[in-house]
Formats: sequence, C-alpha cells, structure tokens
Amino acid sequence: MKGEKGKKPKNEFLYFAWRNWKLRLGLAIVLFFVVLAIVGPRLTPHQPWAYVGPPARPPSKEFWFGTTMFGQDVFTQFVYGLYPVFLVGALGGGLATLIGTAIGFTAGYRGGWVDEILNTFTNVVLVIPTLALLLIIAAYLGVRSFFIQAVFIGCTAWPWTARAVRAQTLSLKAREFVDLARISAARPTKIILTEIAPNMLSYLVMVFILQFGGAILNAATLDFIGLGPTRGISLGLMMQMALLWGALPLGLWWWFVPPGLAIALLVGALYITNVGLDEIFNPKLREM
Amino acid sequence: MPLLEVQDLRVYYQTIRGDVKALDGASFSLAEGEIMGLAGESGCGKSTLGRSLVLLKPPMKYVEGRVTLEDFSLPIWDREKMNAFRFSKISLIPQYAMNALNPTRKVKKIFTDILATKGIKGSQVLPELRRRLEMVELPLDVLNMYPIELSGGMKQRVVMVLSTFLNPSLLIADEITSALDVSTQRAVVKMLVDFRDRRVVRAMIVITHDISLLYQIADSILVMYAGKLVEKGTTEEILRAPKHPYTRFLIASLPDIGVRYGERKLEGVPGCPPLLLQPPRGCRFRERCPHAFEKCLEEPPFVAIGPSGRQVACWQALEEHA
Amino acid sequence: MQRYLAQKLTIYILTFFLAVTIDWIIPRFMPGNPVQTMLSRAALRAEAVEVMRGYYLRAFGLDVPVWQQYLNFWKAVFHGDLGVSVYLFPKPVIRVIAEAIPYTLAILVPAIVLSWIAGNKFGAFAARRRWLDNTVLPLGYFLTATPYMWLGILLAWGFGVGLGWFPIAGGYSFAMTPHLSWKFVLDLLWHWFLPFVSLFLVMFGGWAIGMRNMIIYELEADYVQYLESLGAPRKLIRRYAFRNAVLPQITGLALQIGTIAAGAVVTETVFSYPGIGKLLVEAIQNQDYFLIQGCFLFIIIGVLLANLIVDIAYLIVDPRTRRGMVGEI
Ligand SMILES: Nc1ncnc2c1ncn2[C@@H]1O[C@H](COP(=O)(O)OP(=O)(O)OP(=O)(O)O)[C@@H](O)[C@H]1O
Ligand code: SF4
Ligand SMILES: [Mg+2]
Repeated sequence: MKGEKGKKPKNEFLYFAWRNWKLRLGLAIVLFFVVLAIVGPRLTPHQPWAYVGPPARPPSKEFWFGTTMFGQDVFTQFVYGLYPVFLVGALGGGLATLIGTAIGFTAGYRGGWVDEILNTFTNVVLVIPTLALLLIIAAYLGVRSFFIQAVFIGCTAWPWTARAVRAQTLSLKAREFVDLARISAARPTKIILTEIAPNMLSYLVMVFILQFGGAILNAATLDFIGLGPTRGISLGLMMQMALLWGALPLGLWWWFVPPGLAIALLVGALYITNVGLDEIFNPKLREM
Repeated sequence: MPLLEVQDLRVYYQTIRGDVKALDGASFSLAEGEIMGLAGESGCGKSTLGRSLVLLKPPMKYVEGRVTLEDFSLPIWDREKMNAFRFSKISLIPQYAMNALNPTRKVKKIFTDILATKGIKGSQVLPELRRRLEMVELPLDVLNMYPIELSGGMKQRVVMVLSTFLNPSLLIADEITSALDVSTQRAVVKMLVDFRDRRVVRAMIVITHDISLLYQIADSILVMYAGKLVEKGTTEEILRAPKHPYTRFLIASLPDIGVRYGERKLEGVPGCPPLLLQPPRGCRFRERCPHAFEKCLEEPPFVAIGPSGRQVACWQALEEHA
Repeated sequence: MQRYLAQKLTIYILTFFLAVTIDWIIPRFMPGNPVQTMLSRAALRAEAVEVMRGYYLRAFGLDVPVWQQYLNFWKAVFHGDLGVSVYLFPKPVIRVIAEAIPYTLAILVPAIVLSWIAGNKFGAFAARRRWLDNTVLPLGYFLTATPYMWLGILLAWGFGVGLGWFPIAGGYSFAMTPHLSWKFVLDLLWHWFLPFVSLFLVMFGGWAIGMRNMIIYELEADYVQYLESLGAPRKLIRRYAFRNAVLPQITGLALQIGTIAAGAVVTETVFSYPGIGKLLVEAIQNQDYFLIQGCFLFIIIGVLLANLIVDIAYLIVDPRTRRGMVGEI
C-alpha cells in the first residue's frame, strides 16, 4: 500500500462499512431495539406493574405479548424494561471503558513502578469474580437504583480492558512516529493526543461495544437474582418474576421468552457489530 | 535452453480502488547456474515478482503470462497445483524471514513436519541437515531451540537452510541481508554463492537494495521501475555502463559501495515513482527522465540490444544502439 | 518458569487477602447497628433471636478494637469457623457449604472442560470455511450473548415441561434419600443433565467464536505464508495455527472463570440445583449474612484454584513460558 498512501479516499471506511454484512446486521438489530425502547412506551396505554387484564393469557390482539400470572401486560413490561438495558449498558460499559483505558494507558505509557503497581492491581481485580462481589455488595447495601447498579458494574468490569489497552499502548509506544515526536521534545499530552489517541480510537470503540454488552448481561443477572434496582422494571426482573411465579410449570412462555430473547439478540448484535468493525479496521481479516 | 523463462507476466493487486499494477508484463530468462540480482526502488514490484513465482494468492491476481522452469510449465495461478513445485523445484526465502518460523515449535520439529509432507522422514536426513547447518555456521543446538530463542540472523539462516533443503532448481532470496550486521551479511552472502557452486540450487534470484552485494555475487542484474523491467545485463555491464537513464541514476546515486540506494532519496532525480493504480501511458520513467522526448509517449519495448543478451526498455537507448 | 509462577501466586495471595478483607468490611459498612439490622432483617423464630443476638455480638466481637476484630476474623477463616447459618439454623456455615460444593463442581467442571474442548475444535473447523463460518458465526454470538438463566429457563421449559424428559428442579428426586445405589446415581445424573447442558451451551458459543477469530488471525501470520510458500498442505497449516490459537484461548479461560461462576449461580437458581450458587442466592434472599460471607469466600477460593490450574496448564502447553522467555501472559 506504500505507493498509494497519499490518495486514500475519506469514504473508504464507509465503503467497507456498507459492504460488511456483519456490521449491517448488528447495527440493524441494535437500532431496532433502540427505536422500540423509545417508541414502545407510547404504543401501550398501560403501566408496567398495573393489573390490566385477565391473568396468564397468551398473546392476543389486545395483549400483544400476553399477560402475567397477575394480569399485567407483558408487552408493556417489556418495552419499559428496554430503557434500563440501554441506560445500564451505556453507563456501566462507558465507565468500565473509561477506567480501564485510563489505568491501562497510564500503566503502559508511564512504565516503571507505576506500571508495576497498576498492573498488579489490575490482575488482582481481574481474578475476583465480579458477580459474586456485586452480589454481596448489592445484598448489604439496601437502596439500589439503575444508576448505582451501572456504577457498580462499571467499577468491576474494567480489568480486561486495562490489560488490553496497556498492551496496545506498549505496542504503539514502540512505533517510530511516537519516537519521532519524543525526540522532537513534544509534550506528553501532545504526543498522546496527536499520535497515540487517533491510532487507538478504533480499538476503544470496539472495547466500549464489548463492555456495553457485558454490562447488559451483568445487569440482567443481578436483576434476575433479585438484586436489581428496587424500583422500576427490567428484563432480568421479568425473568425472575416469571420463574418465581410458576411460569415454567404453567407453560406461560410469553412471559419469559421475550425478555431473554431481547437481551440475547441485542448483545449478540453488539458482538457481531464488533466483528464487522474489526474486519473494517483490519484489512487482513476481510473476506476476499 | 534457459533454466527459467518468464514471458509477459502480469500480476496485479486487487484493491477497492482498482488494480495496482505492481508487475506489468515481465519477460526475462535465467540460465543454468546464474545468480541474478533484482534491483529497484522500494515499491517497484520486486517482491511481487518473487512472490508470484511461488505463492500467488489474493489480493494478488494473475492476469497473464507464462513461467517455464526446466521444461515444466508452472501453474502459478493455481494455488493447489503449485504445491507440487514449491519447495522441491522453486523455493523462496521471504523478506520477512525473521518471522517466518512458527514461534511455538522447536526448529527440529518444523523441519520434520515440513519434510514429512513431502514424504521424507526426519531421521533419514539428519546427517544432511547437520552438514547444511555447518555450511551456514549454525551450531547444531539450534535444532532443539524455539525460534524466539534465536537471534534475527540465526533465524534467517535457519530459513535459508530450510528453503534450500530439497535442492530446489530455483531459489528466490528476498532482502535476506537487510537486517543483518556486516559480518553476518558476509557469511550469508558466501553461503548463497556456496549454494550455487555446490549445485544445491541451479539458479538464483537475489532481490536486494544493496548493490554492493550484487557486485559481489551476481552474474547479472535486472532493474525494475514502477512495475516494469527496464534493464537487464551482466553485473559488469549494468554497473560500468548502464544504458537506461533510470539505471544510471540508480548507480550514480551510490556514493560508495556499501550504501544502499533505498536508504537515500535518488539524488538529482526530481519527483517520485508514479502510482501503480493508474500508471501513465508510455514510458513510466518519463516524468523524471532528463532525456524524454516525443516517442516516450509510447511504451518502450524491453528488447535485446547487442549479442550479449543485454536488454533495455528505453527509446533513447535503442536509438543510441541503432 | 519460577518467576512466572511466583508472579501469579503473588497475585492470587493478594487477591485472597483483598477478598477476605472485603468479606469482613462489608457487613460493617451497613448503615446502623449491624447486629440489630441483621436480626430484624432475618426472619427468625422467637427462640432463635436471643441465641443469635448473643452469637452475633460474640461473632462480630464488637467490643474489641477494630484491628483485633480483623485479626480474629482471619483466625476464624483459617479455622474454617465461618459462623452458623441463620436460615438453616443451627447448621454451621462450613457444613452447609461442604454439602453444596459437590453439586456445583459436578455441573461446572464438565461444562467448562467439555465446552472448551468442543468449542475450540468446532471454531477451528468453521474458520475460513465460508458457508459454515457465515452460519455458525451469528449463532455462536447469539449463544454467548444469551443470559445463562434464560437458556436455562428455555431448556427447562422445552425438555422439562414440554417434553417431560428431564426434571426441572432439584439435585435428586424428593422421594429419595441420598445413598449409594445405581438407582440414585441415575437419578442424580438425570437431574444433573439440564443444568449442565445449559452451562455447556452458553460457554460453547463463546469458545467456538474465540477460536474462530484467533485462527483467522493466525492464518494471516507470516509463518503461515512461509509454510504455504513451501507447499505445506492445509492440514499442517491448520494444525500449527490451531496450536498457537489455543494458547490465548487458555488465557481466555482464566479471564472467563469469574463470569462462568456467575453463570453457575443463576443456572443453579433456575434449576433449584443445590450447589453453592443457589445457596448464595437463598442466603441473600434470607439475609443470612454468615452464609453469604461463607459462600463468597468459597467462590473466591474456587476461582483462585481454577486460575492456578489454568496457569499450570498454560505452562505445560506454551514452551515459551516454560523456558521463562515470556514474563506475562
Ligand atoms: N497487499 C497489497 N495490496 C495492494 N497493493 C500492494 C500490496 N502489496 C504490495 N502492493 C503494491 O505493489 C507494489 C509493489 O510492492 P512490492 O512489495 O513488490 O515492492 P518491493 O519492490 O518489494 O519493495 P521493497 O523494496 O520495499 O520490498 C507497491 O507499489 C505496493 O504499493
Ligand atoms: S523511454 Fe524515454 S522517458 Fe523512458 S527512459 Fe528512455 S528516454 Fe527516458
Ligand atoms: Mg520487497
């Protein structure tokens, strides 16, 4: 690619992005759920916890996703439950990305004893089973909200990101252009902003997407165990309710299928988007 | 009858912006025992030429051309069929020789695994392997080491031994000295000549930026410019009396033997090589050529001048000759 | 090699230290008087309240300085004295946990090992085979993205309720008492199957995809190009690529152990499978703090041991760490 360097068209990224079916599929699904989370609550006249119909009814014209054991509308619960998914995903995933990047980057860039300490710390937190930790924290601290949940998740999910970012930083640091900048005595912040950050941006986008998906799964697990936010509805909570109130033996599949399916589709779509992006950023991975 | 004959070989790289015409019609031949140097600026298509004779795979695209090696017509466009010729008849020491060995296998294991695919038992060839390692001045211990335990130069020599182990008729060595210190370079160079003298290989293409290296070992030199062959002649002819204006620049820009032309910009040659995506019509050196004249809008043919088999692709040189 | 192990052990010891400290701190951070809070939160029988109050006071040892309390906690941990369960009063926590451990191990260990092997094999097979790749890939991602509990619920619904092939709750039939006979063992297996499959499937997707991606990276490596230029057949190339791709997958296993443990917790909950996970959730729901502490401690110990085993496996498989050439993975 040496010869053609100067002539790289701007829209090359978009060109490959559009040609990549993984990216298209992934984004389409994510977008679908985003729209549903926004529009959904307006499509239903009910409130998630209100008893609005006969109990345990299968899907019908009136209750699109059927009703729960108590006559609550599953569709209403479902669309209201989507919003916190995105909230916790974005917030928790964003926080984890931020912390991980900051720690990994500092460790990799500074090196020496700073690296030693941060790296050990990262490895320690990495080994601690996050969910067990979240469980006991959530169990002891009574008051819980989506916000606090997201913060907890963000504060425990960062270690692998820190490790990955550290490795990336080390490899970038070893490259020529950073050396050049350093020789020319550019200030560290300038080197970071002009030389390293742009090269790492695509990578961080992918990390964030993975963290986004991970946060959604973690939140669903917490909610399912009954340690979710004390107020509001969530998809994990729906599944817990369904299991707790005998949806299984009674065969009320419409109660537990939609929430889990939505999570699996959404997180799966995020992962596939990531593969697509990876192929776009790494020409070598493209299918010929 | 030459050992290797390449006719009108065209190999492009497929990219979204179109085909990069990195090798645009190459015809040349190699005689038995000949060591041919392949020179030219970075990006002119030297590695592309070497690679397409051995492993032509996407994004490279075979367009046209014929390659004949010892009476066999090589199916270079067919990745599977070429396996019958690779390693045993035609072999490559790649430019990335430093990374060419699987890092998690011991050197010995790499040898035996590969040889096994050609139906050769590792234990049978151990004595020969020892001999070859001695030839490149490697201790026998390397066999029990992992590639990451070896220095760059050692890895390079291991790759040399492996690539030449089946005595291929044609060996293509791509930039094998560029990452080595001077004394290792010398050893490697001696080895290449040894290989030829001992008939391990029957002919060799040595791709390099280091003209002094060619001066030491090459019988002939082929110069490329922007995907085209521009001149071929004996080493003496090319170094003493270059005919193509580009070759002249190349030689003149060498202040002393030992400096590689790739490391400095061609002095006195304004501009840079054309992009190979849409190369200009006519002579590709036209923009930079001080002798360019009307005729150069047409493409100069790569033809023999004189009885020595010397070839050149330049209108001016042709007229001079005529 | 020693350096590598020493490094890892340091981290595990630090982690253990930190985890025990967290375990000790958290109840003390609860707002208000912890003993009172605990007693009022726990649904206790009347006669138990007094016993528990006295017990809690002694257990927390709130009358001595804080550092003494902390030391006492460590002593207790090393003596295996984790207190008494409130919810299963008066069983000692350690015994409750000891009874649950075999169940957890029974579903986790085979699920991890088998899914890892099968997933890697399958992912390697699918990589760069266009048709397989394009169908398997989305499916695999869907599987790893599936919340563990949802897959469990689906399986229980389909094979338990719908087809009636497997029970959907418990470690063995209610009518039975644990004893050693073929009948009981079969009953155990019968209850074991769905939770196991549920864990297996989710992990399988993850490993298959991880392997597929790793292989694709490997196939682009220079050494593969070189092998190709030497006319090596696909089989050899894939074998090399697979071996190299397995290494990061082992590291991946270490990274995943925490998540897998979490998966076991919810899977056990779905199937009311009597392992540590279900115990923990019940302990939380019943505000049984000593049991929570105990479960957390044992999960940590399990995770650390698992990490250690993975490290040793890595040492065996990767010649480079064995020779001390790579400090860290
Ligand atoms: N994978 C590729 N895709 C597209 N174009 C490529 C690719 N590889 C090489 N090229 C183009 O083909 C041309 C020739 O490349 P080649 O590697 O043969 O050069 P070279 O003469 O060996 O250079 P060097 O001396 O630096 O090794 C270059 O202009 C380059 O831009
Ligand atoms: S053909 Fe014309 S432009 Fe090309 S090198 Fe010869 S004189 Fe120069
Ligand atoms: Mg080259």
